[in-house]
Amino acid sequence: MADDFEPEIIVFACHYCAYAAADLAGSMRLQYPSTIRMIKLPCTGKLEVIHLLRALEAGADGVYAAGCLEGECHYLKGNLWARKRVEHVKRLLPEVGLEPERVEMYNMSSAQGPEFARVATEFTERIKALGPNPLRRHGVSPHAAAREAARDVALPDEAPAGAAAPAPAAEAPAQAPTEKGPAA
Amino acid sequence: MITAERKPFDEILELVDGHNKILVAGCDTCVAICLTGGEKEAEILASELRMKAQADGREVEVEHTAAIRQCEWEYLDMIAAKVDEADVVLSMACGIGIQSMAEKFAPKLVVPAVNTNMLGMPQEHAVWLERCGACGECVIGETAGICPVVRCSKSLMNGPCGGSHDGKCEVTTPEKEDIDCAWHLIWERLKAQGREELMHKIRPPKDWSKSSSGGPRKMVKEEAKPV
Amino acid sequence: MTDDGYKAGSNLEKVLAAGKFAVTGECGPPKSADGSVIEKKAQMLKGYVDAVNITDNQTAVVRVSSMASGVQVQQNGVEAIMQMTCRDRNRLAMQADILGASVLGIKNVLCLTGDHMSFGNHPEAKGVHDLDAINLIKMYKDMRDEKKFQCGEEMPVAPALYIGCAENPFADPFEFRALRLQKKIAAGADFMQTQCIFNVPKFKEWMKEVRALGLHQEIKILAGITPLKGVGAAKYMKNFVPGIDVPQEIVDRMASVEKGPPAQAEGKKLAVEMIKELAEVEGVAGVHIMAVEWEEAVPEIVETAGLLPRPAVA
Repeated sequence: MADDFEPEIIVFACHYCAYAAADLAGSMRLQYPSTIRMIKLPCTGKLEVIHLLRALEAGADGVYAAGCLEGECHYLKGNLWARKRVEHVKRLLPEVGLEPERVEMYNMSSAQGPEFARVATEFTERIKALGPNPLRRHGVSPHAAAREAARDVALPDEAPAGAAAPAPAAEAPAQAPTEKGPAA
Repeated sequence: MITAERKPFDEILELVDGHNKILVAGCDTCVAICLTGGEKEAEILASELRMKAQADGREVEVEHTAAIRQCEWEYLDMIAAKVDEADVVLSMACGIGIQSMAEKFAPKLVVPAVNTNMLGMPQEHAVWLERCGACGECVIGETAGICPVVRCSKSLMNGPCGGSHDGKCEVTTPEKEDIDCAWHLIWERLKAQGREELMHKIRPPKDWSKSSSGGPRKMVKEEAKPV
Repeated sequence: MTDDGYKAGSNLEKVLAAGKFAVTGECGPPKSADGSVIEKKAQMLKGYVDAVNITDNQTAVVRVSSMASGVQVQQNGVEAIMQMTCRDRNRLAMQADILGASVLGIKNVLCLTGDHMSFGNHPEAKGVHDLDAINLIKMYKDMRDEKKFQCGEEMPVAPALYIGCAENPFADPFEFRALRLQKKIAAGADFMQTQCIFNVPKFKEWMKEVRALGLHQEIKILAGITPLKGVGAAKYMKNFVPGIDVPQEIVDRMASVEKGPPAQAEGKKLAVEMIKELAEVEGVAGVHIMAVEWEEAVPEIVETAGLLPRPAVA
């Protein structure tokens, strides 16, 4: 794979923990890769199988959910549901020709800014080792597709204060992949 | 309720092989309740099929839809336009819904994405147990509300057989889990009801002609037929 | 495969392999434990047929088993074609019974789906239908040629079987009937007996399809003949037996003669005429005479048709 491969990674982050942890990491001036594109959920329990699939279908190189520590979910079991759904997608991916390692479930608390940065770095390294998602198409934004798929459950974005991860320069137009198959 | 399980993905691929416009059609009644073939699951399957096609470098259009009930033609009109456009319809309904689609839209190719497996009772969330064999001649009035036709592995009318041990059947599920011995349950519940004498009599052979052994069945309610 | 190159080495197989025009008969076992019935029928047919079908709970009516009756006819000097239906046995029983039959000296088997339970005397019975006739043929072929049970397990001694099937040229859809025979050949059938033929032109049309597919070279075809005892039998077959096509002119011909011996004579005459006509059809390797509960008519029919003596093939 090309050394200059910069993956695009979608993170479905819980508003109570991982999203705040990202904020904290920013405030702490911790470095983490700019590959991370966040979608804020009120709880990872709102994450659906189709959200992960839509992101991958649109070419996301990796997708992970980041929820509260087990036992600490604000809604008791949302993060446990998210883990089951991620595991289900891991079972589906080999059938369609993708590596199950492209999806993952992580847990962290809002106080774990360094953990957020560590996870982002670790997952980015994993995806870099895997190489690009073969489904990636020019002109299709995985982040926009994932946002569209999760539009009924996602919370509005707010740039984490002092986030170290700047938005990629050339964001493709926010356009969900159509239901049509592989475009040219 | 009628339950179904999704077919293995490879089998689904074979069924739609060679077709470039696929409609995945869910049904929002029984198969949606058993989390197999509702609109949500249709969308997931459509997404998987698109990914697979793209990974294989094939130009395939895959859309999804869902009918409120595929088994009733009135509801199929609502998805007729999408069906028209497709080369093949991959139905996620139970066997009734799939055949209803195949008949309504004949000779359109309609293939199953699920295996319909039983008339089951939800035991807990996402777990179903077979409870009825639709045999056409219900006997549970004399068996304490427990069906020996589907809950006894041998469909005995005069059980339990010699394979009953500690309340369990000699057969295990494909996952090697124990199965309750239906006749043990019947015995215990009849005793609790003070009706165990029902176990003393010899129950005659069942009339299987009222089940599928009698040929395809038809039910007509004369009093309710349109005038 | 036997040492001399036959699949089973049955008399029927040898007669057909030698290119002789074969004659088979049919015996229905009795609805009781009376062992003399089959003995009498066998003695009646001895020397007039190359082998005799032993029906298996024919029309879904309980009778002495085809295996027991088959052994009985063989003890009385007539080779048996044991019929085996899918209605009453699952794959375990069908394999066990063919092994048992083979051990007892039966070499010919006719694989059938079987008449539905609703036609018989136990309409409340559960139909087994674990396999269908085509899968049954394949299972027996694999037992014989691969020494394998249906599950794939191997056996040290395979049953030597000459495997038959039936086909009804008069069932619908007509255009599929020859193709279905082709499937049975692909599954492993060695010989085939047709449903009783009354509509000869339609049978000839079907044989054209069979020849167009080259099937007559792959399987031995025996044309089914049922002598009519009278106009009542003709009408009954026409109106009540599913899958049998009796043209009106045959009913009229049987009606034109007096009941009793004259009608019986006419029925035998008609059977002989039909045998002669069918024998001329390219691809017909023999006749299968189903004289239902009228076995005593068979010797005269075979003799008048010029089919005696029956060949002895070493």
